[in-house]
Amino acid sequence: MSFFLADQVAPYAWFPEGASSFAPQVDFLFTVILWICIVFFVPIVIAMGYFMWVYRERPGYRGSPEALHNTAIEITWTVVPTIVVVWVFWEGAMGYLDMARIPKGTVDVNVTAKKWQWAFKYENGGEHDVIPVENSSVKELPLLVLPVDRDIKMIMRSDDVLHSFYIPAFRAKRDVVPGRYNYMWFHTTKEGLYDLFCTEYCGDNHSQMNAKVKVVSQEEYKKALDKAIQEPEDPLARGQLLYKRQGCSTCHNAGAEGASGPGPSYNGSWGKPVQLESGAEVAFDENYVRESILNPQAKARKGYGKASPMNSYAGKLKDDQIDALITFIKSLENANSATKK
Amino acid sequence: MTAIQENLAHVVDDHADHHHEHPSWLAHHFDDAEQQYDSGKLGMWLFLVTEVLFFSGMFCAYALYRNRNPEVFEFCSSFLNEKLGAINTGVLLFSSLTMAWAVRAAQLRQHQLLVGMLGATLGCAAIFLGVKAVEYSHKWELGLLPGKLYVAQLDGAHGPHKGYLEFICTVPAIVTALCALYAIYAFATKSLFHQRVAGPMLVAGLCFFGGVGLGQYLEAQEEASKGHGGHAGSHEHHAMVDGHVDHGSHEHAAAPDSVHAAETKTAAEIAASAASAMGGSPNVYVSPTELKTPNADVNQRSMAGLFFSIYYCMTGVHAIHIIGGMIVITWLIVKAAREEFHEQYFGPVDNVGLYWHLVDFIWIYLFPLLYLIT
Amino acid sequence: MSVVDRPITAPVHSEVESYPEHHFLNHSSGFLSWALTLDHKRIGLMYLVGVMSSFALGGMFALMIRIHLWNFKDGWLSNQTYNQVFTLHGAIMVFLFIIPSVPAALGNFLLPVMLGTKDVAFPRLNLSSFYLWVTGLILFLTALSVTGLDTGWTFYTPYSIETQQGGAVLAATFGVFVLGFSSIFTGLNFIVTINTMRPPGMTWFRMPLFLWAIYATSIIQVLATPVLGITVLLLSAERLLGIGIFDPKLNGDPVTFQHFFWFYSHPAVYIMILPAMGIISELMSVHCHKGIFGYRMIAYSSIAIALFGFLVWGHHMFTSGMADVTTIVFSALTFTVSIPSAIKVFNWLGTMYQGTVSLNTPMLYALAFIFLFTIGGLTGLPLGALSTDMHFHDTYFVVAHFHYVMMGGTLVAFLGGVFHWWPKMTGRMFNDKLGIVSAIIVFVGFNLTFLPQFVLGSRGMPRRYATYLPEFQPLHQLSTIGSITLGSGLLLALIVLLMSLVNGKKAPRNPWGGATLEWMCSSPPPHDNFSSAPTVGDPYDFSNIEYDGRVGGYVKRP
Repeated sequence: MSFFLADQVAPYAWFPEGASSFAPQVDFLFTVILWICIVFFVPIVIAMGYFMWVYRERPGYRGSPEALHNTAIEITWTVVPTIVVVWVFWEGAMGYLDMARIPKGTVDVNVTAKKWQWAFKYENGGEHDVIPVENSSVKELPLLVLPVDRDIKMIMRSDDVLHSFYIPAFRAKRDVVPGRYNYMWFHTTKEGLYDLFCTEYCGDNHSQMNAKVKVVSQEEYKKALDKAIQEPEDPLARGQLLYKRQGCSTCHNAGAEGASGPGPSYNGSWGKPVQLESGAEVAFDENYVRESILNPQAKARKGYGKASPMNSYAGKLKDDQIDALITFIKSLENANSATKK
Repeated sequence: MTAIQENLAHVVDDHADHHHEHPSWLAHHFDDAEQQYDSGKLGMWLFLVTEVLFFSGMFCAYALYRNRNPEVFEFCSSFLNEKLGAINTGVLLFSSLTMAWAVRAAQLRQHQLLVGMLGATLGCAAIFLGVKAVEYSHKWELGLLPGKLYVAQLDGAHGPHKGYLEFICTVPAIVTALCALYAIYAFATKSLFHQRVAGPMLVAGLCFFGGVGLGQYLEAQEEASKGHGGHAGSHEHHAMVDGHVDHGSHEHAAAPDSVHAAETKTAAEIAASAASAMGGSPNVYVSPTELKTPNADVNQRSMAGLFFSIYYCMTGVHAIHIIGGMIVITWLIVKAAREEFHEQYFGPVDNVGLYWHLVDFIWIYLFPLLYLIT
Repeated sequence: MSVVDRPITAPVHSEVESYPEHHFLNHSSGFLSWALTLDHKRIGLMYLVGVMSSFALGGMFALMIRIHLWNFKDGWLSNQTYNQVFTLHGAIMVFLFIIPSVPAALGNFLLPVMLGTKDVAFPRLNLSSFYLWVTGLILFLTALSVTGLDTGWTFYTPYSIETQQGGAVLAATFGVFVLGFSSIFTGLNFIVTINTMRPPGMTWFRMPLFLWAIYATSIIQVLATPVLGITVLLLSAERLLGIGIFDPKLNGDPVTFQHFFWFYSHPAVYIMILPAMGIISELMSVHCHKGIFGYRMIAYSSIAIALFGFLVWGHHMFTSGMADVTTIVFSALTFTVSIPSAIKVFNWLGTMYQGTVSLNTPMLYALAFIFLFTIGGLTGLPLGALSTDMHFHDTYFVVAHFHYVMMGGTLVAFLGGVFHWWPKMTGRMFNDKLGIVSAIIVFVGFNLTFLPQFVLGSRGMPRRYATYLPEFQPLHQLSTIGSITLGSGLLLALIVLLMSLVNGKKAPRNPWGGATLEWMCSSPPPHDNFSSAPTVGDPYDFSNIEYDGRVGGYVKRP
């Protein structure tokens, strides 16, 4: 009956079209399980119906109450299902291990879930775009662009409560748990636009916490990445954007933004003398900032040398980007360092 | 239901003449004393199983979080006064002995001894709670509170809030006063029954305050030893010398002069940033430099608070069980004063005894886990 | 309240008996005679009324959900209201209906009678269990009326810590705590009763299978529920004081909450289904007039399910990021539970073989149970298998699966049991034809409601969604139509039962031809069940039980 329903109301049957390397494996196992179920269920129902009719209570008929025990048949119907479920378990566990073992050389995406919004950040620091949607209770949804035929790794964290990252077309799901990172990966196999749902109840707009996933060719993905990090002309705005995209904000506080550690705050630093780990004092100027970006350990500020080694940004930033960052830090000259979150 | 009704019902159901002796202490649906005793006993054992499982949830939480942050647990357990814990352990062990003796007395129809032993158990329970009251109030004054309420100021001085002990003692004081009135009534009316009930209750009430006095004496001794550089509280003393860092703004704190202290500060900052990254407000104080390094960042809400949550949950639920036990023991004293127990009917004493031993037993686990292991 | 003035009538043990003059229902009268009763039968009946009312309330919420989901967006409820409605539907159905339904209502009534004792071991504890249940009900109603509870019935942290509906969370968690103790005390009472109060001749393997099932259930109630108790207590403390054990902001771990919660709540699934299986064992044998096939296997499988049930809680958390080894071990253990369940289904079929099948209302419910439970059980396979569960987890597939087990299983068995023992409990026969119609409507409506949900889930429809993608709409509408059909079938069943109280024929001692002890005492049973220990025989020996037209029921041939 369900087959019939499925065929009638949508162009596909049990599953949405598969678009990851997990899909064939999951669909295969499910189909086998489905047939196992049919092989068990249909005879049970037929036997039930047959017994109902043949042994029904009627005048002149009295059943024989002898058949109460039959060791052979009881062992059979214990052993056969056991073998079947052992196989099902094995297949499922092997498939799961594929899903759990994250390969090397993945395209990484940072996922942040919060009530009731998905946020995606690409490897180059670019952030997700949005896509307008029709026939929905929301106007637009976040759009995650992924390259086809690549291993993709999701690095997921939650800002507030539990969420769960689920793309039916990929047959992949993983909870997003506050206070820790959860990972998942999949190998995209097919270009297209797919749905992404939050499947762990997270409050009022849980059912609107959706997104779209667009799997595109690798060239298009590159274009999308470039677009994601396009920078504004104005050096100050550009510096501010780079501050966030390049991850400076994860360690350094600036204005009211960014984390309050482990790196020193930018606020109110410009132009003032800096105490170094070596005991010397230098001026906080363009040269100092540039050197600190390209070779952070050279003149580490007192108290920050060993505990929080910053990685060099040499080769990651172009000169004009560094200029923009300098402009940004300069603008914080008079910012109050106490204005942290 | 009257006896007549019950008899009638029997006659109506079934002719069988079924009126063998059914003494008042044997419930009508039991066949004999043995069945009643066995049922009660099995029921109590099952109840104890549920109690163990109830506590096991908290023991699991303890194991999980201790495994995750062992340094927090080491740091925090140094705030617990082992002397008070040890005294309470001794008191509870002794009360188990008196409880077991009470069971024996019930079987031998030694009614006066039974009342005495139950009274002694009740008194021990009260001493336990008195000492516990001192422990709790002392920690509250220091701000060593569970979870997000944790506001420890380790400058040795007590916080702005005092008088928790008086607050805790209000209810016991009222209860003791009522017991005293009851005792006066009992002795005035010269009723043996009332005297037997009121005596132990009054003693227990007074025992509570004995426990409070004992606890305060030992706690004061501990504080005094701190002043002379005693090891147990030395970290508090030193913390006072170092002063504490303001909420959040670490750069502006007075720069400690030694490299060692600088490391401490950095670690504290990391902890603070971790806390703020997690959304909690950083509430970091410079902590004792003598204790080994990881302790630097444990005295904060998101770390130490959790230990004290577990501490209060475990000891609090245990204390509720003690109070529950005291209520049933009082009920037993009433029954014992009426001389209801004998060799065929001592199940209630036996079962309450089992419960009491379990409560004792749980403390035997709590004491080392919370106070001793470092 | 006195019966002294009533004449002592003829003994009821005659061959041609009539409706007994004195029984537990008219043993005494007045409100207090019920409110303070220690009679397990009256307590059972009070539970029955209570759980059926709770079911009606939960069912109304279910219909509200289904009607809301008729359109893919802009349903008649706001998101917030929808969340509160599905939460209350789940919480009421689980804590107030399913868990106490069979053990507390039917179990209370039947256990001592089937066992051949006068009462349960601790009648006062039994009454206090009932009042604890009532307290839990009041707390839930408070949560409902003061503010809406919106955490889902699982109270997952940190949502339950953060939600604005704090008062409701506190009321509900405290309600769960109280209900937990109600359940523990009931289980404790039953274990003790079965262990120490069996009359002479009632050996373990002469116990009816319903009692085996209740015994296994009670073990779970006693061993699992305390953990729920401490979990919700810690959650209340979390809300009141912010102790942080489950709050990631205070370095706590929300996944630990899930472990704690499911350590109870998975075994709770077996608290729900095991007694239902016990009912089916009774119904199949009585209405096939044939001994149960493989008695020992069924008895052992009940205990096996109870024990394995403690080891599989992790399968609710396959996607939460547990260690791989843990996940795989939990998957393996999960499959072990399926075997004893399968054995039971085959044994029930074996019972029909060469029997004499009476197709009356209880039997039709029992057959519906086998059909629905088999679907529910088999659809557990893709959920237990890890790779497929990654797709199905938290979708409508899960929703359909557990409704097939919980509702198609427990509720249908409960209804079958209520119809089966209704004449014993009330002394009235119901209209069997209308009862059969109700069974058929329930069966059809049920499948119409939940079969489409399997398809919805496999296509990726997540659960607990107030709005959904337009392509899911046809299946949702089918499901809604089914739910209304189902609701009317259940309403008809209720009407049939209530009508019997008004104009039902007086029930004979043994209307169906059962061989267990409850059919040996009158309908309704006398106040003390048995004044002397009854003679215990084989509970499934139907060889000398024959229909006697004079009494309109079955009698034991001497």
